Amino acid sequence: MSRPSIKPKSVLTHTVLILLAIIVLTPFVWMFIASLKTQEDFFSGLFLPAGDGFLGIGWDKLTLDNYRNLFDKGFENALINSLFYSSASALFATFTACAAGYVLAKHRFRGRELVTLVVLGALIIPPTLLIAPSYELLFKLDLLDTRWGLLLPTLAPAFGVFLFRQAVKQSVPDELIEAARIDGCSEFGIFFMIVLPLVRPMIGAFMLITFLGMWNNFVSPQIILQTESKQPLSVAIAQLRGVYRTDYGLLMAATVVSITPVAALFLLLQKQFISGLTSGAVKG
Amino acid sequence: MSVSQKQRVVFCWAMLAPFLVLFVVFMVYPLIQSAALSTNQTYGPGTRTFVGAGNFKNLFHDPQFWKALKNTVIYALGSLFIQLPLAFGLALVLNSRRLRGRAIYRLVFFSPQLMGLVFVSILSALAFEKRAGLVNKAIAWVTTNRDFLETPWLQQYVMETLILISLWLYVGFNMIYFLAALQNVDKSLVEAAEIDGAGPLAKLVHVIVPSVKPVATFVILLSMIGSLQLFELPYVLLDGSGGPDNKGLTIVMYLYQNGFDLGDLGYASAIGWALAFMLIGLAAIQIRMVRREERNA
Repeated sequence: MSRPSIKPKSVLTHTVLILLAIIVLTPFVWMFIASLKTQEDFFSGLFLPAGDGFLGIGWDKLTLDNYRNLFDKGFENALINSLFYSSASALFATFTACAAGYVLAKHRFRGRELVTLVVLGALIIPPTLLIAPSYELLFKLDLLDTRWGLLLPTLAPAFGVFLFRQAVKQSVPDELIEAARIDGCSEFGIFFMIVLPLVRPMIGAFMLITFLGMWNNFVSPQIILQTESKQPLSVAIAQLRGVYRTDYGLLMAATVVSITPVAALFLLLQKQFISGLTSGAVKG
Repeated sequence: MSVSQKQRVVFCWAMLAPFLVLFVVFMVYPLIQSAALSTNQTYGPGTRTFVGAGNFKNLFHDPQFWKALKNTVIYALGSLFIQLPLAFGLALVLNSRRLRGRAIYRLVFFSPQLMGLVFVSILSALAFEKRAGLVNKAIAWVTTNRDFLETPWLQQYVMETLILISLWLYVGFNMIYFLAALQNVDKSLVEAAEIDGAGPLAKLVHVIVPSVKPVATFVILLSMIGSLQLFELPYVLLDGSGGPDNKGLTIVMYLYQNGFDLGDLGYASAIGWALAFMLIGLAAIQIRMVRREERNA
């Protein structure tokens, strides 16, 4: 075997890529370290505070006070709210979208074309167009400042129906459904025992997309929820900034708490997410 | 109709029902209402005065709206001419099979996407501060010029700041799409070009770019649609205001201010429709271009 030679071109490529990677990652590192520093140390140095510890760094100056302070202010309440809204939305939206997508892909009935057309048409409606009328609708339904008011509109995702319709067409053969029918399997049985297992990758991808979308959603909860005890992280953190503008450590701690759960979830389910992201766009 | 056929129709509508009911109530109905609202003036939800095309007339003569439009278009052009070419370039580099650590680079460049826009805004607000912020400190350190500590990003260079943030956020995201497209480029075409003696540039222009064009068109459209709806980043960064001299006011921010700070959901809906027409127009132009492309091919 010949030894792989180091070419100048690949050295250059890696130098550029590593430099870019450092630029991309630096804000994360800065944020994490800032969340462990006192206000005084935040201003004195860019990263770890100087001192006489290992590597000339004042390790003893790092503190968890910002996190303690954050939870003293009841921030865990917002964390629990975010977990609840995101999980509930992911679970139910995936179910409604998958059921509708399957029927539109595999069954013939009067009205199917019309429903499909309306669903596809909805994909081009910019969400900003619905901000004002949705607010008025929730007011009329007496759903403003309620958890239902935030959740219900997220449970009818046209994009999800489109994705599941594609997924069912691609991975569920007609013969399988026909064979199950001949064996006397009920229509619901076919859906739960044959279709769902076959589109599992899309279920994972879409749940993750919906979870992330709800977790990071700011506009809807900001408009709909006024009571502090109902607000998710996205709104709570913006209000925290309004009150504690200059408490940098506290704000950074809040940001770290807010992004860690979704970052962990993403790293766990990376593959599904990226396949879901590109499945609507690129056909092999 | 036989019994089993009837049962199947019932099954179909039962499966569609949960989606369809919510869809009609929370999507179709508001959409229709939004058209009606745009011809009314309101003071909070529930009170309406019919003004006909008045909202659109006012909008046309509203200098704040034009300012918001200008700012938003600047941001969108930044995406088109800076962010997407960078994303494509990065995808070209990472597409090489011989490159070591591709998966790690890909993950690193994608990672800012994991942060929701609000959280990015909070981080950016601190990172772009004068004196204590990461950006100014880093620039001052690299250039060894302490004057850079005073760069007033959030006061003077609001749109520039937003474009820089969007580079950090979206280059890695769009790179994923371009990478997927590059992996679908027909290898035999590339080899044929190599045999014909095509250099790297000729290969790029004559083989790779034409094959990724459909995906590129799609990415450009998505990116324009997203950019023109810019809201959370400037809203949180500038505390709900347009910033000094409204330098950071965007269309959706102006919609929000009118609808929820001033309570005029009618004028807000008119702004929404103006934006929707722009987006649908963009989509139509792009679909046309793709069609013409296909006819010529």
